[in-house]
Amino acid sequence: MARTASPRAAEDPAGLGRAGAAAITAPALLVVAAFLVFPALWTLYLGTTNYRLTGFAARHPHGVGLQNYTNVVQDPGFHHSLWLTLEYVLLSAVVGQAALGFAIAWMLRDATGWLKRLIEALVLLAWILPSSVVAFLWVAMLDRDSGTLNALLHTPGTAWAIEHPMAVIIVFNIWRGTAFSMLLYSAALTSVPPSQLATARMFGANSWQQLRDVVFPHIRGHILTNLLLISLWTFNDFTPYQITAGGPNGKSQILPVYIYQTALFDGQMGLGAAISLLMLLINLIVALVYLRLLRERRREPVAA
Amino acid sequence: MTDPSPRAVVAKIGRYTFLSVLLGFFALPMLWLASAPFNAHPTLDVSISSFTLHNFSVLLKDPYALPSLWNSLLLAGGTALLTVGFAAAAAYALSRVRVPGRDGILYTLLLLSSIVTGTAAMVPLFQLAFKLHLIDSRVGVILVFTGGLIPAAIFILKDFTDGTPKSYEESARVFGASPFQIMRHIVLPMIRPGLATVTVWAVVNVWSNFLIPYILVRNPDKYPASVVLYTFYTEGGQPNLALISAFSLLYSIPVVVLYLFVSHRYGFRFHGGIKR
Repeated sequence: MARTASPRAAEDPAGLGRAGAAAITAPALLVVAAFLVFPALWTLYLGTTNYRLTGFAARHPHGVGLQNYTNVVQDPGFHHSLWLTLEYVLLSAVVGQAALGFAIAWMLRDATGWLKRLIEALVLLAWILPSSVVAFLWVAMLDRDSGTLNALLHTPGTAWAIEHPMAVIIVFNIWRGTAFSMLLYSAALTSVPPSQLATARMFGANSWQQLRDVVFPHIRGHILTNLLLISLWTFNDFTPYQITAGGPNGKSQILPVYIYQTALFDGQMGLGAAISLLMLLINLIVALVYLRLLRERRREPVAA
Repeated sequence: MTDPSPRAVVAKIGRYTFLSVLLGFFALPMLWLASAPFNAHPTLDVSISSFTLHNFSVLLKDPYALPSLWNSLLLAGGTALLTVGFAAAAAYALSRVRVPGRDGILYTLLLLSSIVTGTAAMVPLFQLAFKLHLIDSRVGVILVFTGGLIPAAIFILKDFTDGTPKSYEESARVFGASPFQIMRHIVLPMIRPGLATVTVWAVVNVWSNFLIPYILVRNPDKYPASVVLYTFYTEGGQPNLALISAFSLLYSIPVVVLYLFVSHRYGFRFHGGIKR
């Protein structure tokens, strides 16, 4: 004899019940609580101790209040690292990846055939290969004695990674991350009505005017989304360490590398945690702006 | 058609110049990966002289190369299993049972997972592993990865579950199936594409990750491929190029194959759902 489905069944079709639902949700929440939420909160506490990896302070750490924070704020090495990070994120993500990604998407929007497929495949390959592999490919290409770049440019003996470390990691990151912007803008460009572009062309608008008056207003939301995401990823990227290790003499010591070398290499865990907190805060601000943006875009009426 | 105007010719030349430079920029670093593994004398410049498979026998002899690929496989497989298992269960419960403040919890988790990256949290993560005696433990590395991947995995899988009709589950329940049977025989088969998506995404993430094992694993026998490759070219004076080139290729192939499989099967999207 079959029961008729009660209205409650619509809310719980498999008959899990509240307790059952809680039980099967628990493992996921526990792992997240222990290995994601707790570390973030613990950073707050660690930053106020004189914790070290080795020696007396490793066994008997004690609170030093806000000493770490004042030390960090006054440390010229930290200021230097902050500037390098800003330069790295702005030039490699906001300017480099976004502009190149858009240029490729725009150039190839109507293209078909092998050239388009080849370029897209290579750009994607640079994005999906493991970071250790691409880091070594660049080390090999830039090598002083037998690198491909010196052979091409006839500049034997130029040690690019030592003479221009920031330029190297910036160009590397453009090469590495352009794929995402390219994919996102390719998708966004399909939403621009061809009729409007045709009209603009009929009135004699050149390419730049078409972009400015028709395309950009249509994909403004995509542009912002893209800039926020690639900035966040670039800021949290550790791959440059595998190419220059922050060197020479800290000339390419962006914030992630600075934290690694302070906390895990020199063993100043408390100080490292204080800098980590700042990094978490910057991430939080970027992510909140992003969420805000998404919510606004959802409220917008769909453009006809 | 009339002759193309000079301006159009210039525009065309400009376009193809740009595309050629672009092609060179993206292809140049890759050439070494394509040629050196099969080159008898792999130097750092790109050259194709004598084809050989000798470099792969060097790889087989190295005490760390193949074991590290096995380690990577263990870490990636373990993380994918835990992430998919835990996230699927949680996603199903959150999709079907009304929990107060559900959406708020989900969004907070997602926000956290994008903020608390391995890079920003390396200090407390190392400290936590140290306190729990999880340094040099594969379980520790897997748990750290899983914690970071679960929020987004729940999101993706909940999308799939929301998109499947409830009527099958209801009728199975009418015929007396237990919740466990319903999940196993009805829900899981229906969200299979979602499970595949999350699995591939978790595997690729872990397979390529360098920083987490770099800080949590001290014993070279337990290094995954990402860390071993880094030690190949940074430790000890002259990098062994025969080994590095063959190893890089071997280590890259699974990622490329997975990517080709996914894009061939589903078309390449960032995240999918039956609804869209």
